[in-house]
Amino acid sequence: MRTRVAFPRKGRITLLTMVILLAFGVSAASAQEGGAAASNNQKWNYIELTKVPERARAKQNPFENDSDSLLAGGKLFQRHCAECHGMKAEGGKRAPSLLREEVQQATPGALFWVLTNGVVWHGMPVWSKLPEPQRWQIVAFLKSFRTPLGPQGPTGSE
Amino acid sequence: MAGHRTFPACVLLRGEIVGRSVFSCVRVRLFAFFVFLCSLLFSLPSFAQESPYIVTYDHYLEEPGSLEVEYFSTFGTQRGANDFHAHWVEFEYGVTAWWTTEFYLDGQTTFGDSTLFTGFRLENRFRLLRHEHFINPVVYIEYEQKNGADKILKEVEGLDVESDYADANASLRKEHVHELEFKLLLSKTYKGWNFAVNPLAAKNLSNNPWEFGYAMGASRPLALKASANRCTFCRENFTAGVEMYGALGDRYHLGLHDTSQYVAPVAAWNLPSGWTLRVSPGFGLNDMSHRFLMRWGVSREFSGFGEMMSHFFGGGR
Repeated sequence: MRTRVAFPRKGRITLLTMVILLAFGVSAASAQEGGAAASNNQKWNYIELTKVPERARAKQNPFENDSDSLLAGGKLFQRHCAECHGMKAEGGKRAPSLLREEVQQATPGALFWVLTNGVVWHGMPVWSKLPEPQRWQIVAFLKSFRTPLGPQGPTGSE
Repeated sequence: MAGHRTFPACVLLRGEIVGRSVFSCVRVRLFAFFVFLCSLLFSLPSFAQESPYIVTYDHYLEEPGSLEVEYFSTFGTQRGANDFHAHWVEFEYGVTAWWTTEFYLDGQTTFGDSTLFTGFRLENRFRLLRHEHFINPVVYIEYEQKNGADKILKEVEGLDVESDYADANASLRKEHVHELEFKLLLSKTYKGWNFAVNPLAAKNLSNNPWEFGYAMGASRPLALKASANRCTFCRENFTAGVEMYGALGDRYHLGLHDTSQYVAPVAAWNLPSGWTLRVSPGFGLNDMSHRFLMRWGVSREFSGFGEMMSHFFGGGR
């Protein structure tokens, strides 16, 4: 004998709402992932670097030759950036490589500006929630990729 | 009799399982799914750099594709009735870098009375500007479906006062609230300090007038520069501040008269493992407010959740 389980009306509405939410979230996630994967490493990902105001571009990194800051920058990179940009900044499904010359030839000030302001309409959040010294530490880490020695791989084990 | 059989492996026997056994079977499957989901979630990498606020919002949204699961608890004193412990679970998902969506489930326990589920909320936050500015606005839109026994005090609005919460749960839960709430989240981070102000307007979808309230806060990490080593107790992992929130009356009674107001120191500890702990003792500033609210919360961010779900449902390949 088939048993019919009757939900109260309020329960049905709640269940329906949750199903809609789940479907909505999944479709939004799929759209986002698909879009990001298809467009990764394309030129427009780096265009933001050309839009940096001159004054911001000229800023110097106060931690440029500070080895502790380089290590700290590596730790922060692993914690906040590697998930999208890859463990060695080689790029991932969701974000472009930071090893490309567009990034490596950019001034520290330009990288700091992009990190602070994000590329919001193209998926990169603003990172001004990290204190200014921490953002400069990340920039120091990114710029270290172009030196002959480079960073000693990702620091920390996070 | 089928009703007395046990089904350790949860096998459906073509409709032979009836009554309680069906529910046991469903429970086993739900539990298995829950364990599976948890193991998937905890295999995801995580990071945390969360603000210490519990009521106030800054302008930072969830990272795209990340899911943050939070549990918050509020212990509140109540004059004229028993104290209570309200709690909520929050699922926060970053849809894009400019849009975050959240789902809340609320409940409460009133000591010497009962424990009950009090409703759900769906909220969305939209960033308006593409770059950082002197002040950064984010629009907040929330739909709430709850009953009158809801005591999480996530926001205080209109003419909400302590005595509204003094009735028994059986009586309070009869009131049903369908409410739309709008906030403008204004926030600025300067030299490590975050300042945030959130004016709010709420409209009960029944025939009640518009109600108003506010929240504001200031906070700062204990150290601005990160240390070179991975550490749990370094000062950069701690953020402290203060928030203040309260009601501003309704359309017909605008102002501070007959409203409740609170001030609360806040502190957060962002662990390298991705967990965040928050604590906030709150104090009522007038006789209309609860004298003391002790809030705490624990959260964990699961980065890459969107990608995982996308693969799970066959997308994003």
